[in-house]
Amino acid sequence: MHLTLHVWRQQGPGLPGSFVRYAITDVSPDMSFLEMLDVLNQQLLARKDEPIAFDHDCREGICGACGMVINGRPHGPQRATTTCQLHMRSFADGAELWIEPWRARAFPVIKDLVVDRGAFDRIVQAGGFITVRAGSAPEANAVLVPKRDADLAMDTAACIGCGACVAACPNASAMLFVAAKVSHLGLLPQGQPERSTRVVTMVAQMDAEGFGACTNHGECMAACPKEISIDFIAQLNRDYCKANLAPKPPAKEFTGAA
Amino acid sequence: MELRSKIPSGPLEQKWERHRSEIKLVNPANKMKYHIIVVGSGLAGGSAAASLAELGYTVSCFCFQDSPRRAHSIAAQGGINAAKNYQNDGDSAFRLFYDTVKGGDFRAREANVYRLAELSARIIDQCAAQGVPFAREYGGLLANRSFGGVQVSRTFYARGQTGQQLLLGAYQALARQIAAGKVHMYPRTEMLDLVVIDGQARGIVVRDLVSGAVSGHAADAVVLATGGYANVYYLSTNAKGCNATAIWRAYRRGAALANPCFTQIHPTCIPVTGPHQAKLTLMSESLRNDGRIWVPKRTGDTRAPGAIPEAERDYYLERLYPSYGNLAPRDIASRRAKDVCDEGRGVGPGGHGVYLDLADAIARLGRQVIGERYGNLFEMYQRITGENPYDGPMRIYPAPHYTMGGLWVDYNLMTTLDGLYAIGEANFSDHGANRLGASALMQGLADGYFILPYTIGDYLAQAKRDTVGPDHPTFRQVQGEVNERVRRLLAGSGRKTADVFHRELGRLMWDQCGMSRNAAGLNDAIAKIAGLREEFARDVYVGGKGEDFNQALEHAGRVADFFEFAELMCRDALHREESCGCHFREESQTPEGEAKRDDARYSYVAAWEFTGVGNAPTLHQEPLAFEAVHLAQRSYT
Repeated sequence: MHLTLHVWRQQGPGLPGSFVRYAITDVSPDMSFLEMLDVLNQQLLARKDEPIAFDHDCREGICGACGMVINGRPHGPQRATTTCQLHMRSFADGAELWIEPWRARAFPVIKDLVVDRGAFDRIVQAGGFITVRAGSAPEANAVLVPKRDADLAMDTAACIGCGACVAACPNASAMLFVAAKVSHLGLLPQGQPERSTRVVTMVAQMDAEGFGACTNHGECMAACPKEISIDFIAQLNRDYCKANLAPKPPAKEFTGAA
Repeated sequence: MELRSKIPSGPLEQKWERHRSEIKLVNPANKMKYHIIVVGSGLAGGSAAASLAELGYTVSCFCFQDSPRRAHSIAAQGGINAAKNYQNDGDSAFRLFYDTVKGGDFRAREANVYRLAELSARIIDQCAAQGVPFAREYGGLLANRSFGGVQVSRTFYARGQTGQQLLLGAYQALARQIAAGKVHMYPRTEMLDLVVIDGQARGIVVRDLVSGAVSGHAADAVVLATGGYANVYYLSTNAKGCNATAIWRAYRRGAALANPCFTQIHPTCIPVTGPHQAKLTLMSESLRNDGRIWVPKRTGDTRAPGAIPEAERDYYLERLYPSYGNLAPRDIASRRAKDVCDEGRGVGPGGHGVYLDLADAIARLGRQVIGERYGNLFEMYQRITGENPYDGPMRIYPAPHYTMGGLWVDYNLMTTLDGLYAIGEANFSDHGANRLGASALMQGLADGYFILPYTIGDYLAQAKRDTVGPDHPTFRQVQGEVNERVRRLLAGSGRKTADVFHRELGRLMWDQCGMSRNAAGLNDAIAKIAGLREEFARDVYVGGKGEDFNQALEHAGRVADFFEFAELMCRDALHREESCGCHFREESQTPEGEAKRDDARYSYVAAWEFTGVGNAPTLHQEPLAFEAVHLAQRSYT
């Protein structure tokens, strides 16, 4: 296969970038998209040009490191498939591809196709956990979890944190990512004690990071390589409203002498 | 160097409990004064960093990925073992211990493995409380499945993404401590050297992968949770970034490396499609429960699989191992696949593949049942190969997957260097010469949640240390050495890229120190590695700058260390003139071609000590004493 690529090249954060055109020949349909870029990078190195920077690690579609917008679609044309699992047989010989980084104010470009997704980590740090010290857990079967709830929790816990949902959203909203974590923990009995504080602090952090609001386009769900449903955004909204409209009165703080 | 395993005295079942009660504690008010560095944020590193911070220590955690959530533990599919005996099928800590020691072909340390089995049940409690969505039965209780040819059902799982869910549990615990200011997280930061002062590990030198800045970080203890080294083969199921640099640099600073030749080759991976291949993908071993493995009887038979009549197929595992059949252990299934391909009977591009055929199961159970069991795996196979597994057999081939060897550690998980700990896949301790399925997750979390947090206190409470900071002369010296290494990599004449060298090294290691090894091949490999290494130092082209985001430079540094590591692997494989577990020496086999162990000569851990560049390393032996189990030759026929 022969392809024409237009790849976004940008030296560093805040610097101007532009598309650079590359012709690549001898592409095998059995190559993954990233292997195709590997081959291009080897060719660039051979002529002492700078290779294209892109994030990747497991190449099995689970670590969430990779991701680029291919012809306007995060992770490219194939349903439920990360960039690393996308194969060149998905493209026609002679195709022209435009390859860009995730574009969102909250994901500044580090270099070329690499963006800083630290905002996602900070959202989880704001409350995306269950407080349980190592060693303090009760016997696992002492807490029953209905199979349906466990299965639903697993559906949404499958999020890999790649950021495609943000890249796909015209508002660069992170609602699907936040909804996935809020719903995962909120569906389980273990997550109940912190359910309302969690949703409030995570949403506050999401806003502070500069993500946009959700206006129900549904692009996030279409781009999500794990097919996480926007039903969970509805769940997030319900939890958020409940936490804000009917907040539990604060308990009297007691700090006795030890 | 003296190997003191520090195994507590007393009966096996009481060792850990007694040890826990006897080791020194750090005053809670003093814990925050101790600074601990954790390198790596996978199941071992993430859980250790979170647990140490929960106890009150001041922790810094480093990972090369852009987020601690992306460590390669995330890719583990199958499950995690625990001796809960929820199925009432007679499981116990002792059974799990025994299975693990036997599976490791009697090359692991009894006391460590027993402790692992003992702690396994608490790991499930901890993870369930964190919100890990384990599979459930209709009544809400935890579900189990059987795994890896043991006779009880003790594996807990979260669909085919158990590693992901356990890692997210640890990551979230870590996130809580980062938010609380107890852990300082350094993502996109790679450890490039260890700093040893007065015989104690006192910190690390790292490179910020975004800015390229090299800096020193001082601490009271250093924990390496940096995973395995299967990428020495270039093609493996490991993530692209997995590397041996941290443990190799620790070795060069005085920590012994144990059993580096024990590397596991997993039988059910998707075969290589061409020279562009960058990594290999594993498909869960569970497919062997319903799949039959075969190749054509005749060499060079290029007919489509459907056109080959039943009588002309060789179901070689069923033929050779009638009682275990397609469920023979990983090492055996892998070696036999290689044998039939070497005979010229392999299928698919290049002849490096065998058929995994579910046609009988589909006919017996129907497409729907098979779809429910393996639908996600079929989809993955189709995504990668473009072939529909419902229409014909899948092709599989073995691939490097896990490395049992690693830094030598004592019962407290401390290496031979004071203050340096190694946990998870980075150490050697629990899996002997072969790891059983669903045991890696268990070990990483046992080390991180329940062992290291206790044992490290014993060291901190006792060892005397001067206060040092990153301005200490030794830090400056090591930083200078790191800068010099970076400078030299960038100064190569530029004839070949690091990737080309890495592929050459990987091919050599796969051919001569892979599934099957012999003295001539290993000696030849050692000579060739030396030549390749010199060529690499002279001719590699990296390009770009050191003070920049430079992925070619990151990779080149890892490849340089793999060249040195590979040689030690071959030396270890050469010295161990027996076959055991995944280490198959052609000179040591039974008349039937099975692995032949030599307990009289090799019932020990081989721990190698660095003696300077260009010098042969020194071998130290830790004898393995088995009190609770009887040594037996494995038989699966």
